[in-house]
Amino acid sequence: MQDLLYFSQQLVNGLTIGSTYALIAIGYTMVYGIIGMINFAHGEIYMIGAYTALIAITGLATLGIAWLPVILLVALICAVIVSSSMGWAVERVAYRPVRGRHRLIPLISAIGMSIFLQNYVHLAQGSRNIGFPALIDGGFRFGAPESFQLSLSYMQITIFITTLVCMTLLSLFISRSRIGRACRAVSQDLGMANLLGIDTNRIISATFVIGASLAAVAGLLLGMYYGSVDPLFGFIAGLKAFTAAVLGGIGSIPGAMLGGLILGVSESMTSGYLSGEYKDVVSFSLLILILLFKPTGLLGKPEVEKI
Amino acid sequence: MTTHNLKHALFCAIVTVVIAYPILGLDLVAQGTQIGLEGATPTTIISIFLAAGIVFLFQLFRDNIMGNLGKLPKLNPLSGREPMPAEKRAKVEAWVLTGIIVLALFWPFVVSRGAVDLATLVLIYIMLALGLNVVVGLAGLLDLGYVAFYAVGAYTFALLYQYFGFTFWMALPIGALLAATFGMVLGFPVLRLRGDYLAIVTLGFGEIIRILLNNWTAVTGGPNGIGGIPDPTLFGMEFGRRVKEEGNTSFHETFGIAYSGEHKVIFLYLIALVLAVITALVIRRLMRMPVGRAWEALREDEIAARSLGLSRTAVKLSAFTIGAFFAGFAGTVFASKQGFISPESFVFLESAIILAIVVLGGMGSQIGVILAAVAVTILPELAREFSDFRMLVFGAAMVLMMVWRPQGLMPMRRIPIALKRQE
Amino acid sequence: MLEVQDLSMRFGGLLAVDGVSLDVQNHEIVSVIGPNGAGKTTVFNCVSGFYKPTGGKILFEGKEVQGKPDYKISRLGMVRTFQHVRLFGQMSVVENLLVAQHRHLNTNLLSGLLKTPDYRSREKRSLDKAAYWLERVGLLELANREAGNLAYGQQRRLEIARCMVTEPKLLMLDEPAAGLNPAETNDLNQLIMSLKEDYNVSVLLIEHDMSLVMDISDRITVINQGRPLASGTPDDVRQNDDVIKAYLGEA
Repeated sequence: MQDLLYFSQQLVNGLTIGSTYALIAIGYTMVYGIIGMINFAHGEIYMIGAYTALIAITGLATLGIAWLPVILLVALICAVIVSSSMGWAVERVAYRPVRGRHRLIPLISAIGMSIFLQNYVHLAQGSRNIGFPALIDGGFRFGAPESFQLSLSYMQITIFITTLVCMTLLSLFISRSRIGRACRAVSQDLGMANLLGIDTNRIISATFVIGASLAAVAGLLLGMYYGSVDPLFGFIAGLKAFTAAVLGGIGSIPGAMLGGLILGVSESMTSGYLSGEYKDVVSFSLLILILLFKPTGLLGKPEVEKI
Repeated sequence: MTTHNLKHALFCAIVTVVIAYPILGLDLVAQGTQIGLEGATPTTIISIFLAAGIVFLFQLFRDNIMGNLGKLPKLNPLSGREPMPAEKRAKVEAWVLTGIIVLALFWPFVVSRGAVDLATLVLIYIMLALGLNVVVGLAGLLDLGYVAFYAVGAYTFALLYQYFGFTFWMALPIGALLAATFGMVLGFPVLRLRGDYLAIVTLGFGEIIRILLNNWTAVTGGPNGIGGIPDPTLFGMEFGRRVKEEGNTSFHETFGIAYSGEHKVIFLYLIALVLAVITALVIRRLMRMPVGRAWEALREDEIAARSLGLSRTAVKLSAFTIGAFFAGFAGTVFASKQGFISPESFVFLESAIILAIVVLGGMGSQIGVILAAVAVTILPELAREFSDFRMLVFGAAMVLMMVWRPQGLMPMRRIPIALKRQE
Repeated sequence: MLEVQDLSMRFGGLLAVDGVSLDVQNHEIVSVIGPNGAGKTTVFNCVSGFYKPTGGKILFEGKEVQGKPDYKISRLGMVRTFQHVRLFGQMSVVENLLVAQHRHLNTNLLSGLLKTPDYRSREKRSLDKAAYWLERVGLLELANREAGNLAYGQQRRLEIARCMVTEPKLLMLDEPAAGLNPAETNDLNQLIMSLKEDYNVSVLLIEHDMSLVMDISDRITVINQGRPLASGTPDDVRQNDDVIKAYLGEA
């Protein structure tokens, strides 16, 4: 029973963190699906979302507002607005001018942007990590008090539900709305979409904004879950999220979800049964293995190289 | 200007405020155990709105501004002149290079120790950048984990010394060869990957190496690293005040001169100089050989290269291996220079810096890369007061270069080849 | 020399090539024609090793080569050009030709670094060959120009020269006349004929320009929608009803 509880705990933790990877991964997968480049700075967008949420929460606390739903809502809205604006600006400044050139160029521009944003926040807010209040406390406990107890916190449940809601909304948006249809058209054939009168620039900007918004949600959630933020934590999260996107099949939104969950569970299993130190090694190794044996990912479509 | 332009300009200005004000304008400060929010200084707020204003005006008048920029007279006074004929150019280059090398040989004896130390660091980065130039600039393979080979070189020396007492000269070739082996090992999994995926996998590889070094405490000392790495000796003569190893003599005693801390710094600098020159010459030679042409063909058009019988495997592996080899050189020198190494020196940021050097210098161009290495290493030292902004400016510079001049400061030029008319 | 038996190529649900057979003898020019999208380039890609065919056999000089990788097939003596010119744009014209001779050169690193006699003689030979072919296609003056800076017609000629420098047995040209004006097409005509006559190279050709095809081909194969439609001498094909129905109404 003990072992089952322990295993379940790792599973729960893994699914939790996996959901957040999925939220961030969507940003990568949508951008890659539409313009074929890795938005290296996406992890920083997530980090900025977390910081903004914290600033909003702190601001509200100073104003004396204590009602939880309001705090969360305001923090969410602020984070989404700032992150989306940042995502939009990054695309206009660093990616649009170099679109279509030899592939190394947008990638290096992206890396430069990532470094810039990390240091922007570092200089503005300091490099040490800042505590994030755990606004949602408590949870369920299963199992006898004397031995190992499986804990399922309200925060974790919140994360699951939020991710599910976001995914559903996004899928509906992509399949039903006009912009969503346009996104799919542009991701299949940019040139054709242009000829059909779709304003591809606006659609591309929209993609960045959507991805950034989801990253902001993840920022708020993970900030609360982990209890702290620092300027560099976006980088490693971004890398993991990218791994998740590739794992699930880059360009595929359900793939991002699947990839995120698989990655999260693998990490927490490694953490729980081997050692926490090596969980990053496991993530990267998973990435390398997937790219070696099934580069299109689990749910991706096989690509045929046009000669 | 149309209303559309006005709306757009307004929008951009608002975005500027949105992305700047919360992060810059509201500081999170610790107040006891709680976090509080502090409004920013008036200067910051004013600068934010000033920036927004500038963005607004720029977007409003963008077409005019860009048009006028294009009409500016060329800033380069030499750009109008005819390029020099090939042989004369080669001769001038040879003289200039010889002059520089001679200068570099004698210069350390007349400047301060700190300057020589810095110069050694510059030479290390030159080696790294030239090595990465092979992989990224010539072969077009975006390697974001290059720092791993650098680490292999450094740790090889440190470990060989710690466990077997190897000296610098013994460790140098071993470190370089081991780094080259790692290069080959990394090359295999990435053979079929396209540009972006290749970048991420190499990044992952670099991180894996760093994490392993950080956690394998029993062997590598973990986060504390390995210390006590010796300086290189000259035919058994050590450069310290007292001899550390049995059987060695001391440099200053052998020559009857007073001990000075400068000796070993200058000696290491000279070694680094020799190694850097070797690196540059060897790579220059390779560029003119079939292997170098194969790298460039791979970069230009892999499919065409394959259609001509070039084996993608062989070409990619050779690029990775040779690039990594020179990183091994640099690593060994670095270990000796610092006397102590830890995983801290081999983070992804280092790979990014070396990559930036290659890109800023002009991918493929050795001279451009060398100049960029000098600039990137020295400029932060000169602007010491702004060191906080160093990385910020660095990131911005990368973006700027890509947008404005992606071919780098000194783009690679083709080597003219004289052909005889065939009868 | 080249025998393609019942070739088929399937991409997921799409059967792009279905049962195509053709052959090229020594000292022969064979053209493959058909409406756009008929699968001609796919056939090329299968034969040259860029795609792994899902069915059928390809024999080169009697040995089976289907499924072999592209660079190995190239080394056997089958070289090809591409629908959209693929040059090494940032390398100079002559460097393009030197790279193509890679397997004739001494690629040993030490030999190169030490400039051994064998290395040097091979380099010289490759330079001479490059010069010869540049002159043959009229690009010798542009030897040190970046390949990407050439005019379109010049780029096409360079691509062919680059193939010839590898001393191939079979030259596969994918729409070599695309985008050329009538004068250039005429020159191309002469060039391809000369390759067959003077250098003993067989040519397999995809083309839409009917005058070129009818002029120089020894035999023609027609493909429509991935399936073989007709095959024979230019006269045979010209009079074939199916072919005429399919698309030969154009000049």
